[in-house]
Amino acid sequence: MKSIRKLIQRPLLATAALALLGSLATPAFAGKTIDAMKARGSLNCGVNPSLPGFAAADSQGVWSGLDIDICRAVAATVLGDASKIKYTPLNAAQRFAVLQAGEIDILSRNTTWTLNRDASLGLHFTGTTYYDGQGFMVSKKSKITSAAKLKGATVCVQSGTTTEKNLNDYSKVMKLNMKPVVFDTQEATNKAYFAGRCQAYTTDASGLASVRNKEATNPDDHVILPELISKEPLGPSVRRGDDEFFAIVKWVTYALIEAEEYGITQANVDQLKGSSTDPVVQRILGTSEDTGKLLGLDRDWAFRAIKAVGNYGEIFERNVGPKSTLKLPRGLNNQWNKGGLMYAPPVR
Amino acid sequence: MSTPPPPKRQWSWRSQAFRGLVYQIIAILVLVLAVGYLMSNTFANMRARGIQSGFDFFLQPAGFGIGESLIEFDSSQSYLMAYVIGLSNTLRVALVGLVMATILGTLIGIGRLTKNTLVKSLCTSYVEVTRNIPLLLQLFMWYFAMTELLPPIEEPLKPLAGVFFSKNGLQYPLPVWAPGHWGTLIGLCVGIGAWKFWTRHVKQHFEATGHTKPSFLPGLGLWVLCGVVGWLAGGAPGEIDIPEVTEINVVGGGSVTPEYLTLLIGLTVYTSGYIAEVVRAGIQSVSFGQHEAAVALGLKRTQELRLIQLPQAMRVIIPPLTSQYLNLIKNSSLAVAVGYPDLVSISSTALNQTGRAIECIALVMLIYLSLSLLTSALMNIYNRRVRIKDR
Repeated sequence: MKSIRKLIQRPLLATAALALLGSLATPAFAGKTIDAMKARGSLNCGVNPSLPGFAAADSQGVWSGLDIDICRAVAATVLGDASKIKYTPLNAAQRFAVLQAGEIDILSRNTTWTLNRDASLGLHFTGTTYYDGQGFMVSKKSKITSAAKLKGATVCVQSGTTTEKNLNDYSKVMKLNMKPVVFDTQEATNKAYFAGRCQAYTTDASGLASVRNKEATNPDDHVILPELISKEPLGPSVRRGDDEFFAIVKWVTYALIEAEEYGITQANVDQLKGSSTDPVVQRILGTSEDTGKLLGLDRDWAFRAIKAVGNYGEIFERNVGPKSTLKLPRGLNNQWNKGGLMYAPPVR
Repeated sequence: MSTPPPPKRQWSWRSQAFRGLVYQIIAILVLVLAVGYLMSNTFANMRARGIQSGFDFFLQPAGFGIGESLIEFDSSQSYLMAYVIGLSNTLRVALVGLVMATILGTLIGIGRLTKNTLVKSLCTSYVEVTRNIPLLLQLFMWYFAMTELLPPIEEPLKPLAGVFFSKNGLQYPLPVWAPGHWGTLIGLCVGIGAWKFWTRHVKQHFEATGHTKPSFLPGLGLWVLCGVVGWLAGGAPGEIDIPEVTEINVVGGGSVTPEYLTLLIGLTVYTSGYIAEVVRAGIQSVSFGQHEAAVALGLKRTQELRLIQLPQAMRVIIPPLTSQYLNLIKNSSLAVAVGYPDLVSISSTALNQTGRAIECIALVMLIYLSLSLLTSALMNIYNRRVRIKDR
């Protein structure tokens, strides 16, 4: 009898111990994000599969866009090379789970910063890189000139976005009784709208401009209605539990914004580094104070970021601004002293 | 010669029965602990990363709209209600799909067995084409065909007064629900009984006298009559919601959206190909002697099918048919690809808004599992009724 009890007990104990260990085990990603990045030699960046202006790959597989440039700036800062990035294209519903699981280090995918996401999804938003608002796009032929005329209209919308809720709120307040047709991918949403299944397409206004430009046979056949029905501050986010990396992503973004404020550009950054006497510029470029040390980086951290992608204004101009194909006005995304909302805490 | 006494059951390690029992207990324990380990690890990790969990979100207002539903849904209703709407949308497409796929599949299956070469080869190619193209692609094809070919929402087709057909789908007049309609419903239920009574009467009459009486049309007439009487008894509510043309589209009335139609057609066509093969196999399993006997009795081909072959084929058909039914129900989860708000679509919206991935997915899995088990159970009951009875 004794031997039997032993025989039962042994595996039992072992499994129980295993279970106990398991419940005590710390998550697999507690290690510093930066150490892991340096060890593998690349930054894992989650992006939109196809939103020209924000994130899109060209025929050679080279990614570009505003969201991409944020990742490039972080890679340049931490790894010293803006091209050392592994991009992971994600649809709206996947993105947070992939970040939570540690598959990506940073999610830079035109993602709206909301309380719900910030507080309950195990992530931190690092700031706003594009101030947007949700809008409607309609066919010019429909003669709809204002969102108030969308009574009973069918509206194409992608699932897994804040958009569905905003649409409903607006529809309710304005008593429009709009009917959402929800698709799981942006491609399907685009196709349905351009085939005429829906009378309106709704997403962030910048997204509408991008979609119109990319998908419409003739972009002029579609108009984006003037009403913006929500606030959509878009920005990158990182996983919780690594305050150092959180601080780095946050301050890289601020440095890019402040660089514009003080006139540091991709073109003049080398020259300013050698010759500038402006104390603010000197601090940003690390020629006087060593601000990098406080972030766990070297003194050239911001210099490398600006050198790689230019300041925030340049990033905006190049990807989405009036000179790009999207032709979005600077609007809210201008510097705070030029009527916009871009206000970076000082790098000092 | 006396039989040796049965070996005394020994609770010792040398007894095979005992060892077997111990192994089973260990296997179960390991399974339970493994699942427990995975779950506790998951929850520990989620806690460590600040991801919230729990089903408490269920009673909070959903806050999103649903494009089409049988029951009116308002965004201030709870997530639970949204799931109910999603489930009802899934059932709405799955049940109609089951009936249509069965009818279509049976006809095609029989068609493959006719002597008419044209019908036979048409049915064969139908089966081969529908079975061999992935359902998702078929759905895309139907959806693009529908959204490209139908007239624009602003200029709908008007096949009948009050009926509109456009990229917005089919919109038609619908009676407004009034308490008086209960009368109609009760009348229709009574009508089914009357119809059954008539069929039985016809059968008894045939068995008693050898003369046949018309069965179907009078039965249908009785059913409709009972419905009308019920409607009149309910006060004859006559208010009808007629679709209205507005500045930009058509609103009101009942409607069937292109998304629903796409999913229904896609599921029906795809599954009917499989059902056709099941039916063909079933009919071919009936021995040739039965056919000869039917011919000898002078039965027509249709009578032979209805009275001799299909009843005997049923016992072969039902089990594989059940798994086709289960496939159809599960395949309806592809709805999200064509924008139909089924259970999965609504759950993924809920998932995104609440971030409760594990809860939402587990719940959807549980619902599909229950649906499938329920279908299996019903089909098993039916199977028990049609199988050959040993007497």
